[in-house]
Amino acid sequence: MRLKRPSIPYIIWMVVFTMIPIVLILFSAFTDRNGNFTTASFVKAFGYFDVFLKSLWIAFISTLICLILAYPIGYIMSRQKKSVQNTLTMVIMIPMWMNFLLRIYAWVTLLQNGGPIDTMLSFLGIHTTLLGNQGAVILGMVYEYLPFMVLPLYSVMAKIDNGLIEAAEDLGSGRLTVMRKIVFPLSVPGIVSGVTMVFVPSASTFLVAQYLGGVDDIMIGDVIDRIFWSDNNTGSAIALVLMAAILIFLIILNFFGDEEAIA
Amino acid sequence: MANNKNDVIISLRDIFVEFDGEVILNHINLDIKDKEFLTILGPSGCGKTTTLRIIGGFLEPEQGTVTFEGEKINGLPPYKRNVNTVFQKYSLFPHLNVFDNIAFGMKIKKLPKNEIKRRVKEMLAIVDLKGYEKRSVSKLSGGQQQRVAIARALVCDPKVLLLDEPLGALDLKLRKNMQWELKQIQQKTNTAFVYVTHDQEEALTMSDTVVVMNNGVIEQIGAPADVYNEPVNAFVADFIGEANILNGTMLDDCRVKILGEELECVDKGFGQNTPVDIVIRPEDIEVVKPEEAKLVGEVTEVVFKGVHYEMTVMCKGCEWIIHSTECSPVGSKIGMKIIPFNIQIMNKMFLAEKNTFYAEVISASEEENKITVKVEDSEFDIENYYFETGSTLEISLPPRALSIAGDGVGHIDDVYIESVIFKGEHNEIILESDEQKWLMQSDVDEQVATYVPLKFDFTQAEIKLKEGANET
Amino acid sequence: MKKLTKLYTALIIVFMYMPIVTLILFSFNNGKTTVWKGFTLRWYTDLFRDSQIISSLWNTLLVAFLASIFATILGTMAAIGINNFKGKKKIFIQNASNIEILTPDIVTGVALMLMFTMLGTAFHFKMGFVTVLLSHITFCTPYVVLNVLPRIRHMDYSVYEAALDLGCNPWQAFRKVVIHELMPGMVSGFLMSFTFSMDDFVITYFTRGSAFQTLSIQIYSMTHQRISPKINALSALLFAAILILMLIVNIKDRKVEKQQAQRV
Repeated sequence: MRLKRPSIPYIIWMVVFTMIPIVLILFSAFTDRNGNFTTASFVKAFGYFDVFLKSLWIAFISTLICLILAYPIGYIMSRQKKSVQNTLTMVIMIPMWMNFLLRIYAWVTLLQNGGPIDTMLSFLGIHTTLLGNQGAVILGMVYEYLPFMVLPLYSVMAKIDNGLIEAAEDLGSGRLTVMRKIVFPLSVPGIVSGVTMVFVPSASTFLVAQYLGGVDDIMIGDVIDRIFWSDNNTGSAIALVLMAAILIFLIILNFFGDEEAIA
Repeated sequence: MANNKNDVIISLRDIFVEFDGEVILNHINLDIKDKEFLTILGPSGCGKTTTLRIIGGFLEPEQGTVTFEGEKINGLPPYKRNVNTVFQKYSLFPHLNVFDNIAFGMKIKKLPKNEIKRRVKEMLAIVDLKGYEKRSVSKLSGGQQQRVAIARALVCDPKVLLLDEPLGALDLKLRKNMQWELKQIQQKTNTAFVYVTHDQEEALTMSDTVVVMNNGVIEQIGAPADVYNEPVNAFVADFIGEANILNGTMLDDCRVKILGEELECVDKGFGQNTPVDIVIRPEDIEVVKPEEAKLVGEVTEVVFKGVHYEMTVMCKGCEWIIHSTECSPVGSKIGMKIIPFNIQIMNKMFLAEKNTFYAEVISASEEENKITVKVEDSEFDIENYYFETGSTLEISLPPRALSIAGDGVGHIDDVYIESVIFKGEHNEIILESDEQKWLMQSDVDEQVATYVPLKFDFTQAEIKLKEGANET
Repeated sequence: MKKLTKLYTALIIVFMYMPIVTLILFSFNNGKTTVWKGFTLRWYTDLFRDSQIISSLWNTLLVAFLASIFATILGTMAAIGINNFKGKKKIFIQNASNIEILTPDIVTGVALMLMFTMLGTAFHFKMGFVTVLLSHITFCTPYVVLNVLPRIRHMDYSVYEAALDLGCNPWQAFRKVVIHELMPGMVSGFLMSFTFSMDDFVITYFTRGSAFQTLSIQIYSMTHQRISPKINALSALLFAAILILMLIVNIKDRKVEKQQAQRV
């Protein structure tokens, strides 16, 4: 049982199906159609710089909204009886089990012209297009990834002993002070993993913008999808830049998380 | 108990084990005889569990041989050895009930179902758990789990049963019961038990043979009474029972000097004027009138212990403990009479009056009158001395000049505390660094078997050039 | 709960469930738009008559089942091995395993597609069931490792030694004892793999070739063409299936918890 051998198949698997494909992306990004070295793909990729920025921006805003919405619910959940906690966890998780396309499609149904929300607003005398703008895209993202923010926050905050909070209150801390001095510092690991779990997929997602956004609202994932089938060199270059950006983000986030945890 | 040589079942010869450069077992030899209750006793980290794991086959020694009934069994995996183990945390299989746990070994051996049933039943009767077959093991109490673990191991009919601190997790009352029960079970089944514990009382009450271990070596092997009455050194005396341990000098055969007084004893062969350790058990001191004894002290504390009074007596700056059925009030002067037979003389564990070591000067400043020296991989400064760079120094430090750095910054880091023994007026601590042993005196209690930073007080040092070297 | 927290919790739940409820409602609407035209079940009958959807469902289940079985075996073995590594090597392998989780799906998808296309031209095969299965195993296994590793770390190692002591060889000890200790981790790893595989669209989309259909792909092509209420019916059925499954799991958990509580 002190053997290391059982892990060999998986290590080989990782090399073949994780490492080699990434190396291939790297290779493809730096070559042209004939396999000669070139940086032309990156020049082409640079043409999508504005899409890139917009994707990161949308991901950032979506992550922020998720955090703001999820933090209170995570805290509320963590302070309930164990049975209520389990039920609420279930309630939050069930929508996650629905197919991701169906969840987005549901919002198309809700927001479309003549759809339920539009009809309701018309009764109130408000006439506006709900679908086909950046706001709808962000709404879709928040809906899609909110559980990924709630669950890590909840599980970290559930570990905070009620006695700790009571002790702080006993020592004369007000509710806000307790939040600031006890709950927040202890919940930082949850914030870090929640932000990771929301930001990474929302920055790289595709289809959400195609379904909910307007003609101009495409994201970098959609660009990769569109380009890759015809020009996999440029597609690889964009994918590589996207990966690098996410990696940098994660490094910064973890650095920040560690600092916070110490302080 | 027959102590015939032919009765030896398991024999360890010259066993040496090392983990990450740290010696765990230092060339130990041990024989386990048939049907005996043998206890390996020692503080945590002394290598007792490692010894057990070698017998069980869970660990291979780097050197040395393990023989089972005369056959070498090095390299034989646990499942091919005719010994079974009762693990520290019982390690029952949580997914099986009591019956299936006990039957586990026999099912692996594919014994017939009827036989398995019969033997489980017998075993449950022996461990006093009749009718518990269907219970889930997680529903049992600690003591019951313990007994299932013993039954599970014993039902395999091993020649030797290994028990790794099996009573450690039980509360005091249950422990006492189980001690008695274990002894009963051992006698009923006629199996040799090798029992590992750090509890000296457990060892003394249950065993036929006690093996006292410390720091990877066996200090003493013997019957409980022998180990108690004639400990071979201060460590054993200190570890087993309560004892007054003192420094003394053996003037000649049968004559020993303790605290400046010459007393008569029965030990011989230590030579003349040899520093020795002396053990006197608290119950062996007779309280008499001051004029009737050579050693006179003042009672400073009395505690009633039920059967006797425990008195602390100050005698010539030394603290003595006396057990007596008669109480002498605090403040009274008493004489302490000890008959020669009860003065146990032992060789010093580490014979040194001073710590002497060599240091290499790696840089020196004449103006500041300061040198930097290197000792075993550590470098540090010594002030108020000047020697040329490159010279080798001989430094002597009295035990008082050594201390453990409270702030964590010492001259030599990671020094191992080998033993701490209270010698009446102060603790005598033996330390071990990479290359040598150190003797330290301290008024503070330190934790044995830990690593600490060692600090020197060079104002008490004697520093000179090493003779015959680096002379210009 | 205080009023404010109750209200907030309710709002979040409404936000989470409103879209799903809407889809379910419209699955019974006798009309193709979002205007209510009366109750009908015809979208459901249409759905069951659609052989493409039914075959995609089977494909999805088959891939999910095989991928999670394989990932559970591979991941459990890996976790046992990784646990026996020490220091930097251990951290390196664990991080390598986590790369797969942190890599955006779309990058994993295109990277695998790139490799499969290259191999395909070299060895004359087309992407399809096998490439999808391989890809799914790839992204599922790290989750199994993540679930099993803590079980191994917290396992009482002497239970394994006890089995050896009682005459098991290492393989018997694993089969009769260790696997029972790891089972909860393996089960949750399996369930996670199964759901991720069922839910996956992006990676399947890039590695499926042209002919192989899963439910996600089917939904994608349906939503891409024109809005069909059949999708609503499908959503309603899937939701019902999930709900029933979750309730069963939850009731079972409660029972186990009760039993454990009784023991204490």
